[in-house]
Amino acid sequence: MEDQALPAIPVRHKARVRILKYKYLYILLIPAIVHYVIFAYLPIYGITLAFQDFSYRRGILGSPWVGFKHFEALFAFRGFWQVFRNTVVISIMKLITGFPIPILIALLLNEVRGSLPRRFYQTVYTFPHFLSWVIVSGIIFNLLSTDGVLNQTLVALGGERVNLLTRISAFRPMLYVTNIWKTAGWGSIIYLAAIAGINPELYEAASIDGANRFHKMLHITWPGIRGTVGILFVLSVANIMFAGFDQIFNLYNPVVYEVADILDTYIYRRALMMGMDFSSATAIGLFQSVINFILLVGANLFVRALGEEGVF
Amino acid sequence: MSGGSRRSFSIFSLVNHLVLVLMALVTIVPLYYVLIVSFASYEQVISRTIYLFPTSLDFSAYQVIFRGAGVIRAFLISTLVTITGTLYSMAMSVSAGYALSKRYLPGRNAILTGIVFTMFFSGGLIPYYVIIRGLGLINSLLVLILPLGINTFYLIILKNWFLTIPRSLEESAKMDGANDILILYKIVLPVAAPILATISLFYAVGRWNEWWHALLFITDHRKLPLQNLLREVLARVSQNIGTEMGRTIAAMRRPIYTQAVRMAIVVITCVPIIAVYPFLQKHFTKGIIIGSIKG
Repeated sequence: MEDQALPAIPVRHKARVRILKYKYLYILLIPAIVHYVIFAYLPIYGITLAFQDFSYRRGILGSPWVGFKHFEALFAFRGFWQVFRNTVVISIMKLITGFPIPILIALLLNEVRGSLPRRFYQTVYTFPHFLSWVIVSGIIFNLLSTDGVLNQTLVALGGERVNLLTRISAFRPMLYVTNIWKTAGWGSIIYLAAIAGINPELYEAASIDGANRFHKMLHITWPGIRGTVGILFVLSVANIMFAGFDQIFNLYNPVVYEVADILDTYIYRRALMMGMDFSSATAIGLFQSVINFILLVGANLFVRALGEEGVF
Repeated sequence: MSGGSRRSFSIFSLVNHLVLVLMALVTIVPLYYVLIVSFASYEQVISRTIYLFPTSLDFSAYQVIFRGAGVIRAFLISTLVTITGTLYSMAMSVSAGYALSKRYLPGRNAILTGIVFTMFFSGGLIPYYVIIRGLGLINSLLVLILPLGINTFYLIILKNWFLTIPRSLEESAKMDGANDILILYKIVLPVAAPILATISLFYAVGRWNEWWHALLFITDHRKLPLQNLLREVLARVSQNIGTEMGRTIAAMRRPIYTQAVRMAIVVITCVPIIAVYPFLQKHFTKGIIIGSIKG
């Protein structure tokens, strides 16, 4: 439309006119741009720390360049691979245990007749999503404490008191269970929304053709949510290097570090508590981001190869 | 429907409800258990084989909290940060979301791509820490407001919502010579009240639950929000000797069940969330998140 209105004006001039024409929209946009530049893109530029010997005295711009020194040191360090392995194992196990549950909840809720019971279940299941991991850790400590209801039950059944939080074999399963407790209900909402978008005539037609509940679930509901499943799968895979700082940081303790320490907690403790140099810590962060990005692209290709839409 | 399939219908229904009720119990019992422990004394808890049904209530834990112990101060800090932070975030996100909903705006796609990119790629903890320190935000409550100014996810939801308003609504105002900012605040926002309420609530819950920035950037204990105070109280395994909490408990001159105090703080931290939950619930079931994850 603008092109027709301004036919004879040279390109550069035209751009200026267009910018002036929309100046109020740009004014609305500027605070957000400043925000993203400062809080997202400056830190992205700060990745250069990984290739420097950073010191506060010299700053990001003045510290000397050292190439891949920090990466070489890191990859040669066994402690790093231990933490890397923890991160991958915890993430993948969370994906395996946690990803299907919201789908299952949505399918079960969809079979509930009447909106009142369905709303009741949904209200209950979604609530933990709105509690922080600090609060949830308090809830978990309370259940698992020495005088807590779990131990009281164990003793009542003739067992011994246990402390699952300091038991190496129990800590990771505890993470998977509590992750489901907090996230599954909220996760199911998006699938319920996808199910609500399915044309009800499909179900009616299937009923007339004699399809039962499971036929319909398999041949109508599932195809109706498969696209959503694909997108959420891609997004989950793209976060494998982030195994859940909030959860683990609020629940772990030194006794279980060997199975619980992930890259994020490791970076935090080493760099901000124990004075590991910032350049090495940044190198770990970059390593995470790059792997996640590769996983994002890879998972997206995979989902698209299966015939779904993917994220991009 | 024939008799046979009716029968299988009801059996399925029964099993389905059993599973769903069980899951609801698993969700509720841990929350209920926090509540009853917060109203318990140590004697009450250990006098029972399994403490699940209290016969009397002990308010000592709440007395400790209301006598000081830093909880009220932390609660007020969290409230202040939540309110100002939500207002700031809404102003930022609504403005940007509206501008980005104008497909004809030159440069709009590039800016949008730049914004969405930050959802998938970040500088990581250390560069972020160095930048925030460099900005002089350490120990300033602004660090709990400014860096969290925009949640990209909510920005995109708002942008998508603004895309759905009919052009005719804005065009008549434009004819009268109103500029875009005026149109946004005078004409578009009044129509957008429901979505604004929803996104504000989500922002507010996020602010209330925020502890990570305070963990990193607030070292002055007197400025810690409630979540971080709770974190510290939970982390202390033994008594709270030398802390505000410890002094308050000592001043009570009677034995106090520390676990009850911890759980009372959990309860108090949950109260605002519970208060807004019915409103949150009303909105998110309407499918606010559909179509937003793809940007």
